[in-house]
Amino acid sequence: MQSLTVNTRLLQRILVSFIQEEVGKFGFTKVVLGLSGGIDSALVAFLAVAAMGAENVYAYNLPYTTSNPDSEVHARQIAKKLNVHYEVISIAPMIDAYFAQFPDADLGRRGNKMARERMTILYDQSAHHSALVLGASNKSELLLGYATLYGDMASALHPIGDLYKTQVRLLAEEMGVPKVIIEKKSSPDFWPGQTDEGDLGFTYEAVDQLLYLMVDMRLSREELLDKGFSSVFVDQVYEKVKNMQFKRKPPIIAKVSTRTIDRDFKYARDWGR
Amino acid sequence: MNFSVALAQTNPKLGCVKENLEVILQKIDRAIQEGVSLILFPELALTGYFLKDLVPEVALTISSPEIIKLKEASKNISIGLGFIEESFGHQFFNAAIYFEGGEITHIHRKVYLPTYGLFDEQRYVAQGNTFRAFDTRFGRMGFLLCEDMWHLPSSYILAMDGASTLLCLSSSPGRGLTSEEKLGATDIWQKLVFTTAMFLNTRVVFCNRVGFEDGVHFWGGSEVVGPSGEPIVRGKMLEEDFISATLDEGSLRRACIYSPLMRDENLFITMKELHRVERERDR
Repeated sequence: MQSLTVNTRLLQRILVSFIQEEVGKFGFTKVVLGLSGGIDSALVAFLAVAAMGAENVYAYNLPYTTSNPDSEVHARQIAKKLNVHYEVISIAPMIDAYFAQFPDADLGRRGNKMARERMTILYDQSAHHSALVLGASNKSELLLGYATLYGDMASALHPIGDLYKTQVRLLAEEMGVPKVIIEKKSSPDFWPGQTDEGDLGFTYEAVDQLLYLMVDMRLSREELLDKGFSSVFVDQVYEKVKNMQFKRKPPIIAKVSTRTIDRDFKYARDWGR
Repeated sequence: MNFSVALAQTNPKLGCVKENLEVILQKIDRAIQEGVSLILFPELALTGYFLKDLVPEVALTISSPEIIKLKEASKNISIGLGFIEESFGHQFFNAAIYFEGGEITHIHRKVYLPTYGLFDEQRYVAQGNTFRAFDTRFGRMGFLLCEDMWHLPSSYILAMDGASTLLCLSSSPGRGLTSEEKLGATDIWQKLVFTTAMFLNTRVVFCNRVGFEDGVHFWGGSEVVGPSGEPIVRGKMLEEDFISATLDEGSLRRACIYSPLMRDENLFITMKELHRVERERDR
């Protein structure tokens, strides 16, 4: 699709510099990341190594008992190829201890608890190594809200947060992410057989095209229908984007003073750096 | 008169005037050693770009010690750079300042403040309201600050006011990644600079910064463009750089002879028609 193609060499240059500068200006030289075996975290690992050097990248695979065993195999494959620090830490003891008290919890609760457990591990390990946490969220999942708030969405930096899934694939190919990882179906792996596209009800190929036109190009509803998208699809995706806006904002503060932190107290994250 | 100009494509630290000034003075020293006549820095080189509520903290009056230091340095080399100016009436401007021979020659306050997409300048600084050419040792010049140049009349006014060199100081963010080799922002700027130079018979000196602020990067690509639109020298993309070029009077003269667009420009018609449009559209 013409409009989603990107100059991958230029993109790589920009994202590598992004990591170097936005990590470096806070005085850090190391980064920590979750390596799930999926394409997004694989790409972030490749970028992290290009930016900081393999010796400064700490990758963690954090499986639960029911995680697809292929995931760890793929994660290990990436870690070996890149020669980064790699550790597998099972989250089963922590998750099982908690849900022993709440045995009726449904799969959604369990999945989100796992995502947040992973986040706390990455943050603790980052403190241990004096590193910053790199996230692997992409633009498609951030817009659709297909991510866990304070789970996988939590990080210091999102290097691929402005790339649609389609573009993640293009850059992953350019950078040498193994084919098996690029081609497999994305999944949050909350339960066996789960896939992103199964949950969402549409493919990334289809929704990326729609999101690009709707969000980046700001086409109106009528213009999108003219392009050939069905009204059901357009309305469904629009509603999803709208309803998930809360995930993309920090907590709302009740304003009573003349200068409130989330609206009148405006400073860059890079203030003084 | 022939003269050499250096472009310091720097990476300012956000909100750190002291440190940025040190870097600026180092670059000035280097330019002096290299025998350069004029050195330029990017928009807001003294402060960084996404200042937001930091504007009052980093603002300088024309009598502040930092400005006095730069005045002093300009006894040995002419200097153009961007900063936040605080006026006597405590208004804050995104401004460009030219120093020469130990004095402030001219200050330009940014007129067109982008306030859309990722930009929010109108919230934090006041609008300038003039475009004035000014005399320097090297001829008549004019300042444009980034968005100023995107409004075509700005350069036109300066050229009609006699400027033969336009100094465009920028903090242009990188955006518009496509399958092309260049970012969309780079492509647009290069086209604009080329067109401005060629159709106004002026040199354009475009000085942009690099570095990241809150995930936004500035793409560099500073350039010196001759009066026929030809790029004389171009800085690196995405990296710090220090480039220089000689601007010679002969090229300017030949451009005016070969392509006498400014000779044939009819200011009277322009003014007459614009006055008419102004009258008619208020009806």
